[in-house]
Amino acid sequence: MSTLHTVNKSPFEKTSLAACLGHASAGSAVLLLEDGVYAALSQTSAEDQVKGALDSVKVYVLGPDLRARGLPEERVIPGISVVDYGGFVDLAAEHEKVQAWL
Amino acid sequence: MSETIKNFLYLNRKAPYGTIYAWESLEVVLIGAAFDQDVSLAFVEDGVFQLTKNQDTAAVGMKNFSPTYAALGDYEVKKIYVEKESLDERGLSLDDLQHLTWEDEDDDWAEKDSIRLVTRAEMTAIMDGADVVFSF
Repeated sequence: MSTLHTVNKSPFEKTSLAACLGHASAGSAVLLLEDGVYAALSQTSAEDQVKGALDSVKVYVLGPDLRARGLPEERVIPGISVVDYGGFVDLAAEHEKVQAWL
Repeated sequence: MSETIKNFLYLNRKAPYGTIYAWESLEVVLIGAAFDQDVSLAFVEDGVFQLTKNQDTAAVGMKNFSPTYAALGDYEVKKIYVEKESLDERGLSLDDLQHLTWEDEDDDWAEKDSIRLVTRAEMTAIMDGADVVFSF
């Protein structure tokens, strides 16, 4: 059992994503939600951070928060899985604990 | 009442929905528009995300206030500056943003673009030229 990390802040405004990825151990999961979903976009200045993490952690993004912000799923970095609220619940249940990076 | 017209700049730096800043800014702009001032809006950093098209908040249970930006032209808000560097850093282009327009009564009500894409240097000059800057 490992940890589910959640990031809800924009990577362009806060260091929450960098701090999370710097502390997420191999095999853990990271869920991007609320303003954290901007980190899932391809061709941004934050893209390399997330791509580099995909080798060691599973990365998920919350679909409803993408849609609220007008961000199409086609723009999500390949390797990141889009989940809905039910998927969020499953992730929380599958992992030993949830650690939020605010 | 004083007839001095001031140049108001509303500076938007936050993404929508994650915090209330974007919506609050829009509300203040609409209220301020009733006072016959020279109004400009600036969108920099994560503020550019406020203007993306196709926002759909149905699944998150929040009000989608993005259609309101299209009404700004009716409130005589015709100058909406978007910083190119901020778009580039976020993988966005003008095509990802709403097409916002205003109607020019001096030109047979021709529809004209409200959004003006500017460089960071140009945005600096716009900020310097403002009489008052409201920050959100």
